Amino acid sequence: MAQVVKSPAAHDVVIIGSGAGGGTVTKVLADLGVSVLLLEAGPMLNPADLKEHMWPYDVPHRGVGPKGEGYFGRSPFTYGATYGGAQIEGEPYTVAPGSDFSWFRSRILGGRTNHYGRVTLRFADYDFKPKSRDGLGVDWPISYEDIAPYYDKAENFIGVTGTREGIRSAPDGIFNPPAPLRAHDVLVQRACAKLGIRAVPARQAVTTVARNGRPPCHYCGQCGRGCKTASNYASSYVQIFPAIQTGRVQVVTNAMARELMTDEAGKVVAISYIDKTTGSEKQVRCRTVVLAASACESARLLLNSKSSRHPQGLANSSGKVGRYLMDTVGYSAGAFIPALSGMPRYNSDGYGSHLYVPWWLWDKKDLGFPRGYHIEVGGGYGMPGIGSFTGIVNRTEGYGVAIKQAIRDEYGASVGLSGRGEMIPNEQCSCEIDPEVKDRWGIPVLRFHWAWSDHELNQVRHMQATFHDILETMGAKVAAPTDVGGRPPISRGGAIIHEVGTIRMGDDRESSVLNKYCQAHDVKNLFVADAAPFVGNPDKNPTHTIVALAWRTAEYLAEEMRKGNV
Amino acid sequence: MSEISRRDALRRIALALTAAGFVDRVSAQEVHQMASKAATADGGRYQPKALSLRDYQTLERLTDLIIPVENGAPGAVAAGAARWIDMLASENGELKDIYTSGLAWLDAAMKQRGAADFLSAPPADQTAMLDLIAYRRNQSAELAPGIRFFTWVRRMTVDAFYTSEIGIRDIDYRGNTGLLSYPEPVEAIAFALKKSGL
Repeated sequence: MAQVVKSPAAHDVVIIGSGAGGGTVTKVLADLGVSVLLLEAGPMLNPADLKEHMWPYDVPHRGVGPKGEGYFGRSPFTYGATYGGAQIEGEPYTVAPGSDFSWFRSRILGGRTNHYGRVTLRFADYDFKPKSRDGLGVDWPISYEDIAPYYDKAENFIGVTGTREGIRSAPDGIFNPPAPLRAHDVLVQRACAKLGIRAVPARQAVTTVARNGRPPCHYCGQCGRGCKTASNYASSYVQIFPAIQTGRVQVVTNAMARELMTDEAGKVVAISYIDKTTGSEKQVRCRTVVLAASACESARLLLNSKSSRHPQGLANSSGKVGRYLMDTVGYSAGAFIPALSGMPRYNSDGYGSHLYVPWWLWDKKDLGFPRGYHIEVGGGYGMPGIGSFTGIVNRTEGYGVAIKQAIRDEYGASVGLSGRGEMIPNEQCSCEIDPEVKDRWGIPVLRFHWAWSDHELNQVRHMQATFHDILETMGAKVAAPTDVGGRPPISRGGAIIHEVGTIRMGDDRESSVLNKYCQAHDVKNLFVADAAPFVGNPDKNPTHTIVALAWRTAEYLAEEMRKGNV
Repeated sequence: MSEISRRDALRRIALALTAAGFVDRVSAQEVHQMASKAATADGGRYQPKALSLRDYQTLERLTDLIIPVENGAPGAVAAGAARWIDMLASENGELKDIYTSGLAWLDAAMKQRGAADFLSAPPADQTAMLDLIAYRRNQSAELAPGIRFFTWVRRMTVDAFYTSEIGIRDIDYRGNTGLLSYPEPVEAIAFALKKSGL
C-alpha cells in the first residue's frame, strides 16, 4: 500500500460532500467565522462549462450521448445537463436478488444541486409527527416550529417563487413573485378546480428579484443545465463560491472519502480519502466532521469505518446505519390536449414548473393508503431535442409532410403530470456493505435491498385515477389506467433520486443514530447534514429540508465549538 | 443551411455581440461553428465515414422522403440528417450494423420487385416500398426487417432534423433566450380556454 500522506494541522471542521447539505454547512460556518475544509469526490465546477443556452446542434451528438449510446438506453437524452448518473465507471454498487434499486450519484462541486428540479417545498407540521397521526413510521425528534426559522433563512437567502395560500399540507414561506402561468398551466388549474383540486403557483428555487449579487431569473427555461447568472439555486455557485471569498474555506476536489479514523475516546480524529488524481491515500486531521456525501454515501462511509472498537461501523451501536432507506413514490402520465393545438405561438420557457398541486386530501382518512402526494405539472413548447417527437412519429407512422404536420399539431400541446408521494419507511429497504465487491479505489461498495409496500402501490392507484380524471377534464382521450406486470406502474426504487433515511435522527439511541441536532449519539464530534438524518420522506421534495436542517446543524455545531463541547 | 439563413444567423449574432459588448462563450462557439459549416458547404461533397458512398446516398434519399422540402422550406437533406446518422454509425458498431444491414435489405427488396436498387428506382417505386415498410399494419415475416429498419431511419431523421438549426426554425421554437420579465401569454391562454370550454 502506498504511503499515507497526513495533513500537519487539524482542521476545525471537515465537511465531506458539497451538495445541498455540505454547501449549506460551508456557507453558514464561513459566515460565522469558522474555517472549514470541504472534501468533494468530483472535480471543481467551472461555470463556463454549464450547458445553459446551448443548442442541440452545438454538440456533435446533439444530445443522444457520445456514440449514440442513448438510442440503446445506455445514456440519457441530454447534453451535459447532469454530472454523473446511476453508472459511474469504476464505482459500482450492487442490488440484492429480488430487489430493484438505482442510485444516481453526482461527482462534482455542488453535486446534484447543479441540475436538480428546484422544487422547494416546506414539510407540513404533521409531516414531523407521522406516527402520532396514523400509527405508521416514526415521529421526528423535532417539530415544524424547530425548523421553520431555518426554512425562513433558506428562502431569504436562496429565493423561492410562490404565493401565500394558507394550505396546511403546503406551509407558506417567504416567497418572491412567481412568473405568470402559461396556457397549459391555466388549463390544468381550471380542470383541477372542476374536480375540487387546488393548483397553485409552483415553488421553485429561482430568484425572480436581484438577491445577494445574483441577478433575477432571465426565463430561459434551461435551469436543468445549471445557471450562468446563478439565479437558481445550486450549492456550488450560490453558497460555496461566495463562501470561498471569505477566505475561510479550503476545497479539496477529487477526494473520495474512504474511512473515518477515531481515537481511544471514540472521537473522529482524521478522515482518510483517496486522491483520485493520483490514486494515493491521504489523511486530513479534524476537530469535527460533517458528513454530507448523500444519504447512502454517508451511510457507506460510517459502515466502512469499522474497527475493533466499532465492529458494526462508526456511530452504529444501534445497528440502524443503512436502515430505513426511502425514496419518493413516483408515477407520471401525460396526454395530448386538443385545446392546446394550434395556439398562437409564444415562448413558454420560463423556469421549469410554474404550477403545482399541493396534496389536497390531507384531512381525509379513508383513501385506502396513508399520507399523500403532490402533482408537478409539465408542458409547453420545450426546446426540441433527441426523442422529443419519437412518440408522435411512432403513433402517426408514414413519412413525408404528414409526419411534419403531426409534429406541428402536437408540439407544445401535451401536458404531463408527475405524482410525487410519501413512502412509509420499512424494514426491507436498506443499504449495507457488500462483502465481496470493492470500487476502483478499493473501497467496499453498497448493496441495496428494496421493496415497495401496499401503502405505496395503493397510492399510485390513486394517482392513476386522479391523473386520468384531470387529463380527461382537459379534453384528452386517455386509456383507462391499468396495472403493469401485476401491479400499478410505480417508479423504480431510487429512480426519483430522493433517497433519504439511512442515518436517522431520534431521541432514543437504541432506534436512531443521531440526536435532534444531527449529531451522532455515539460520537460527539460527528454530524450529518444531508438527507440521511430524515426520519420520514413526506411528499415534499427533500432539498429544501436538507438545506434547512443543515443550516440548523451548522449553527448548533458552531455554538458547541464556541462552548468547547466538541 | 442556405446562404441567406446563414447570413441571417451571423447577423443576429453580430447584433447581439454589439449590443452586449462582449462575446460570451456560446455565441463565440456558434460563430465558430457557422464559419466551419460555411466552409464545408462550399467545399463540396461529404465523405461518409461509416457507410459506403452508395449506401450513404440511399440513406440521404430516405431522409429526403421522410422530411422533404415543404413549400420551399428546407428538409432533412439540407439539415444534414444523413451526415449525422453516418457520423454516429462511424462511432457505434451496433448502429452501423442496423444501417448497413437495413440498407442491404432495402436494395434486395427492390431487386425482387424488378429494380436495380432503391436509389436508382423511380420515385413512385421508392414511395411504393415506403408505403409498405412505414406502417406496422403491413407487418409480415418478409417485411419485418424493413419495418424495423424504417422505424430507425424515421426516428433518427426526425431527431436530426428537429435538433438542427433548420428544424428548430421550422417548428418555430421561440425560447432559449433571455427575457427581462416573463410575459403572460394572454392570446394563447384565451385561445386554449375557448377551445377547451374550461
